[in-house]
Amino acid sequence: MTGAEKKKTSGETLITRRRALITGVASLGGLALGGCSEESPPTYGNILRMGDVLTYQAHRWLLPKHSLAKEYSRSDITSIAAIGTTDPADPRQPLFTPDRGEAYARLRGGGFADWRLEVVGSVARPQSYSLADLKRFPSRTQITRHACEEGWSAIAEWTGVPLRAVLEASGVTPSARFVQFYCYDVVADGIDMLDALHPQTILAYGMNGRDLLVAHGAPLRVRVETQLGYKSMKFLKRLVVTDEFDDLGPYGPLQTGWSWYAGI
Amino acid sequence: MPAVDTHLERVEPRRAGHARWVRACHWLIAASVLALAFSGFVVLMAHPRLYWGEAGNDLTPALLELSISRNYRHGGWQQNVAFAEGPGAAVSASRTYEIFNENGWARSLHFLAAWFLVATGAVFCLAGSLTGHVGRDLVPRARELAPRALWRDLVERVRKRAVVAPGPPYGELQKCAYFGVVFLALPLMVVTGLAMSPAITAAYPFVASVWGGAQSARTIHFVGFAALVLFTAGHVLMAARSGFGRQIRALTWGG
Repeated sequence: MTGAEKKKTSGETLITRRRALITGVASLGGLALGGCSEESPPTYGNILRMGDVLTYQAHRWLLPKHSLAKEYSRSDITSIAAIGTTDPADPRQPLFTPDRGEAYARLRGGGFADWRLEVVGSVARPQSYSLADLKRFPSRTQITRHACEEGWSAIAEWTGVPLRAVLEASGVTPSARFVQFYCYDVVADGIDMLDALHPQTILAYGMNGRDLLVAHGAPLRVRVETQLGYKSMKFLKRLVVTDEFDDLGPYGPLQTGWSWYAGI
Repeated sequence: MPAVDTHLERVEPRRAGHARWVRACHWLIAASVLALAFSGFVVLMAHPRLYWGEAGNDLTPALLELSISRNYRHGGWQQNVAFAEGPGAAVSASRTYEIFNENGWARSLHFLAAWFLVATGAVFCLAGSLTGHVGRDLVPRARELAPRALWRDLVERVRKRAVVAPGPPYGELQKCAYFGVVFLALPLMVVTGLAMSPAITAAYPFVASVWGGAQSARTIHFVGFAALVLFTAGHVLMAARSGFGRQIRALTWGG
């Protein structure tokens, strides 16, 4: 989870493939210190970040595109712990902010009828979807394993709309490379277009045959089955398609010390 | 007494120390393994429970619980919500307790060190094959694996504080230990580690299924960690018993 907040710093720039390659190889060759110009994340130097980038690039070069994560049968479904923010309206939770918390409480009070998902950024047709709008898209149901970075895992059934369908409906521009997610618990994080267009990357509104529970991200969360659980963000508010990498400031993973890529 | 002398004469005269590339690989791998062990332990502290099978979490039974952090059997859970009627139905519970979790930097350090381990290991295997070091010095011969030979070696090593010159040829137990670490334990750690990767197991599901699931692989990964810690302790102890300074110098600068 990205919960542990650390002090923020500025800086982190566009990670281009070439630059990532150079810094990644440099880190292996022991030439790391000269290879990376961005300011360090707050808790340690940037050598760790270069290792993350090397892993990311190795996955993108070596692994086949869009392999499906294993899907299970209903009898494999396990109990599942709810962690991180389990209620954005609860002031005792570490990532609570009054404005988002109150907005969330209002939306939940109305059964999420007034909730909207904005899809903006590098798209031809920015959209704002209600839950009913999203449920009109063809749905996908998948029983998959949620692998938490803490070490535990759980198998659950998720129902939602493929992110690909939502992006196609908005007409993503050819220059777009990342999809950023902004959430009601102020977490923000992104994935690259490869994972965004993965057939199992869905915007889930159902879990184990019911509406998504608040503790698991109601009304809508993303499922990124090829990465660790912290990339499957809950309580979605806004999707922003971007051309350039953005660390999303103090609410993104990098400045709190977490690897942006969690395919590990 | 005569038996011991014979043994020493057998191995003493031909030692030429460690080749330069062996010394470089040794310390790179040692540093990687140290970083991996440390960061891996910190990662484990976030969830000190081990399971068998595909999936496991605080709401499912553990195979083994380790009392290594404040997360051990913490009780910070709200009441369960069941997803279905009836006994045995999957439940959800919300955590109300701020756990110890330093997995951000620890996991990144773990993978950085793993890259160094894999790269250095590849160089070692390549150079070791080309120079004949692996075949000549590390692969135990059939007669060296005979229980009698291993027993004799063990008894000698326990009894004697022999100051032996560094480098190959190695004794029976040394060969078994080095071969086991280089060609069994470390590769096992790499593949059970990869079995925990969502991206890699999506592409190659057998990487996890061969162990019976990602949680089984995680448990085996922990057993491998324990075995490597034991090896390292024994390795350092044996170096200490055969002239620590001389062994370290020979492994660092040669001679």
